[in-house]
Amino acid sequence: MTTVWSGEALAEAIEAFAPGSVESSEGSDVWLKPESISSVCEGLKTRTEFKFDLLSSLTAVDYIDHFEVVYHLTSLPMNASAVLKSRVGHGRTDPSIASVVPIWRGADYQEREVWDLMGIRFNGHPNHKRIMLWEGYPGHPLRKDYVTYDQSIASTAPGAAGSQQGAE
Amino acid sequence: MTGPKLIDPYGAPKGADPRGALQSITLDLDRTEGESVNQMKSTHLEPFPDPVLEVPDDLKRSVVVSSVDYLLNWARKSSVFPLQSGLACCSFEMISAAMARFDLARFGMAALRASPRQADLLIVAGTLTWKMAVPLRRLYDQMAEPRWVISMGVCATSGGPYYQSYSVVPGVNHIMPVDVYVPGCPPRPDALLYGIMQLHDKIRRYSLNGQAAGQE
Amino acid sequence: MAIKTQPVTVNLGPQHPSTHGVFRMRVMFDGEEIVDVEPVFGYLHRGSEKLAEERTYTQIVTLTDRMDYVSSMLNNQGYILAVEKLAGIEPSPRGVWLRMIASELQRIASHLVATGFLLQDLGALGTPLIYAMRERENILDMFEMLCGARITNSYLRPGGVFMDAPAEFWPALDRGLGDIVNTIDELETYLSGNEIVFSRTKGTAVLPKELLINASITGPMLRASGVDWDLRHRAPYDYYDRISFERKLHTASDNYARYWVRVQEARESVKIIRQCVEQIEPGEVRPSFDDVPRLIRPPAGDAYVAIEGSKGELGFYLVSDGGIAPYRMHVRASSLINLTLLRDMLIGGHFGDLFVTFGSIDLNMGEVDR
Repeated sequence: MTTVWSGEALAEAIEAFAPGSVESSEGSDVWLKPESISSVCEGLKTRTEFKFDLLSSLTAVDYIDHFEVVYHLTSLPMNASAVLKSRVGHGRTDPSIASVVPIWRGADYQEREVWDLMGIRFNGHPNHKRIMLWEGYPGHPLRKDYVTYDQSIASTAPGAAGSQQGAE
Repeated sequence: MTGPKLIDPYGAPKGADPRGALQSITLDLDRTEGESVNQMKSTHLEPFPDPVLEVPDDLKRSVVVSSVDYLLNWARKSSVFPLQSGLACCSFEMISAAMARFDLARFGMAALRASPRQADLLIVAGTLTWKMAVPLRRLYDQMAEPRWVISMGVCATSGGPYYQSYSVVPGVNHIMPVDVYVPGCPPRPDALLYGIMQLHDKIRRYSLNGQAAGQE
Repeated sequence: MAIKTQPVTVNLGPQHPSTHGVFRMRVMFDGEEIVDVEPVFGYLHRGSEKLAEERTYTQIVTLTDRMDYVSSMLNNQGYILAVEKLAGIEPSPRGVWLRMIASELQRIASHLVATGFLLQDLGALGTPLIYAMRERENILDMFEMLCGARITNSYLRPGGVFMDAPAEFWPALDRGLGDIVNTIDELETYLSGNEIVFSRTKGTAVLPKELLINASITGPMLRASGVDWDLRHRAPYDYYDRISFERKLHTASDNYARYWVRVQEARESVKIIRQCVEQIEPGEVRPSFDDVPRLIRPPAGDAYVAIEGSKGELGFYLVSDGGIAPYRMHVRASSLINLTLLRDMLIGGHFGDLFVTFGSIDLNMGEVDR
């Protein structure tokens, strides 16, 4: 069975080798400061008490006043998993964070996808281009303020809140 | 060894030539292609009219197709060569239709051509996105007349379950005129075969009143 | 005296007989040797993640089917497990056994497709593919008995499956498993008894295991390099802890190893299905609508669940704000991440190995682009 690192245990352990990098922790999540992502991830990958050698998933969520980049890590030798999060782009201005591609190459396409669909810059990414949509696409679709015409049951009225798609 | 000076951001793997990294010089190419997609998206918002064969009233009861036309149409419909253009899940039902259980070879259609110049039929099987619409239109333009288009599945007919998506063309008839629509998500191979038989029926009635096969 | 050559860049466009869907590569060749590769995809990007924010949790099951369209049951299983974790739903046992049987059948179908297309890409134009697809038709018949659809079957619901297996399913499954084993034996003789396959796939596109782990590659690609990592074993979900099966490993990590691992995994799946059939118990296949309402409103929070899909670790990350639709859904697509090392595998190789190597990653464009 995979052991899941609890938030406090992971926060304590991270503070031990990289003091001042943890913002908060809750449940099984740890929130890190964006500037310390590189050093913390380097430590999480190489230090013997963690050995998180596989980056399972890298994604981002748009909470209206900020964005959150979520990292799911897995350790093959210790059979453990952990969740790291980081809040960027407060006030929706220019969200950016350091790229972890030098640490885990698996982050390559996932970071490009986050840039393409969410608009979060990853400083230091070797190939910072759009991946799913074409160059010249107006905007970043997965953001909450990019509304397409929809007949959803979850929203109030069709075509509300400004439509960015052409006449459908 | 000459060549453009390229930069390799990942470090040359396995002792490869240090010229490496195509991706560092293709940004302009990507921008040009993106421009063409934006252009296609803004100009193709109205669907093409379906090519419908209209039989005038005075001919409706005494339709006589000349024997040469009859022979030509019989030859055309018995050996329609489809183009391998499967896009998404429907392509797997198209492949199943070409396999042993639902045999396409009995219609003379087992020769799926890879090149559009040699194909008669474009089966658009799967969801069409605006990014793919540009290459697909190019494929349609490269086919020689007489050519036909079957729109297979609801994604190709109208956008299907992805109708409201930001990147999906709401129906392949925005890009090219369609002869037969096969509904289903995905349509069973039997449904595709029924659609193909409808197309054969349509081909049989070509050349009536000197109508050219296909549209524009 | 050296011949002056100049590299040529060729576009292997989105429409191509061997690209397993709409995948495009810009390849720079110097004679027969590949100098550089740039993959371009996104031709099937349908915006499933954005659409998922506008549909209820049960409606999204239909969206997840269509992502990796040769392994729909596995996509459904991953998504439903994430919903169950998010909403705290306890699934009903018979439903869990049925979905395990469906998932393993789907895994066999997916590996049959991968092997059949390999043999076609190697040049055996059609015949072994027809054998593999003929067997897959039997599996699709069984799916039709279960839920009425062949490929994109939205069979799973939060808490179980939506319909019980009819009476004629069980004898058909019994017969079908015997036929599947025969077909796998047949395909294996094509692979392991064939000199052309040997000389073209052995020793090509070798990847060291540290690089594979660093590139987050999982699934048969990782097991072909000797790493014993299978999520059904390490992080068991559903009732995989009550089933015993072997993980087939190979150490060579070349194209042949990747195909060998898939064929052996299909055999293991047959054993898993037989154990499920023995242990399945009668009962309800999904909880009643008093326990799990039709419109689920999970409490605010997030959940990430990963299953062992046919291509590797297939994960679903769901964020809920307490409403009837998720606030965010993200799919950790195994095919997209398995593509990371494409350049490493192809550069320095020959053009003849390009499609064989590409096929050995076993991609599915619906999952890469979503």
